[in-house]
Amino acid sequence: MSTIQSMAGEFEPHPDVALVERVRGGDVGAYDALVRKYERQVFRIAQHITQNREDAEDVTQDAFLKAYEKLEQFQGNSKFYTWLVRIAVNESLMRLRKRRTGKMVSIDEDVETEEGSVPRDLADWAPDPEQNYNQAELAEILRKTIQGLPPGFRIVFVLRDVEGLSTEETAETLGLSVPAVKSRLLRARLQLRERLSRYFRRKKGPRETKLGETGMEK
Amino acid sequence: MTCTEFLALLDDLIDGTVSPELRTELQAHLGRCGHCEVIYNTTRKTIEIYRSHEIYDLPAGLRERLHSAIMARCKKCS
Repeated sequence: MSTIQSMAGEFEPHPDVALVERVRGGDVGAYDALVRKYERQVFRIAQHITQNREDAEDVTQDAFLKAYEKLEQFQGNSKFYTWLVRIAVNESLMRLRKRRTGKMVSIDEDVETEEGSVPRDLADWAPDPEQNYNQAELAEILRKTIQGLPPGFRIVFVLRDVEGLSTEETAETLGLSVPAVKSRLLRARLQLRERLSRYFRRKKGPRETKLGETGMEK
Repeated sequence: MTCTEFLALLDDLIDGTVSPELRTELQAHLGRCGHCEVIYNTTRKTIEIYRSHEIYDLPAGLRERLHSAIMARCKKCS
């Protein structure tokens, strides 16, 4: 029996495809392999959205269970990973809504903020700025900084830049247009950069620039 | 090219989605604008730092918890 792939020999099917097929055939061990492969990503996404460790744990479990039960519905025309991420995002949002009963939680509202869209801190950073902090301090800085972003910016940055989804996949996952994802990503990146500058800027350097003296061309 | 025009294309430059001609123009702007060079380098560094540092450790026992939950749900496993 030959498959299209082996005849054409042009592309290798994603390894997840075989694992998904094995799970569909009743091999629960293959699902364990998928869990081990993606548990970190799912947990991180849940943590970034819910901002709560217990909720993120529950969401991770709910997302993997839901994916397991819905595996028959998985079409295979998208990657298993992006399909799983979509479930994780939805479960996280549901968890937020439950926790904040009566209060609408939305990541699809556009955020009116000018912060970061015009760079103000133009000081250069130290050569390896993270070397100035120990692991725990650095993790705390990174957590605090990203937690300060508007939720709609934070999740776009996380999916696109940390978890490696494409712009199109991020848009589809969040139900946003591609231009909306691009606009949020730019603002998220610039806001994070601006906020991290407080910690990572070169202490004293020739490029130190004061507010209002940026000299940038309009 | 002005700084505003450069910033509008900053993401495309970082993500490598600009044409070779545009890339040359953007690089030329970087060569003569120290501010945009700082913004470009520090934005890239921002992304790299978030990519390479695990800021939320996986809780101990979560893997076992997931395994048990799935086994309990698996109809063919009993």
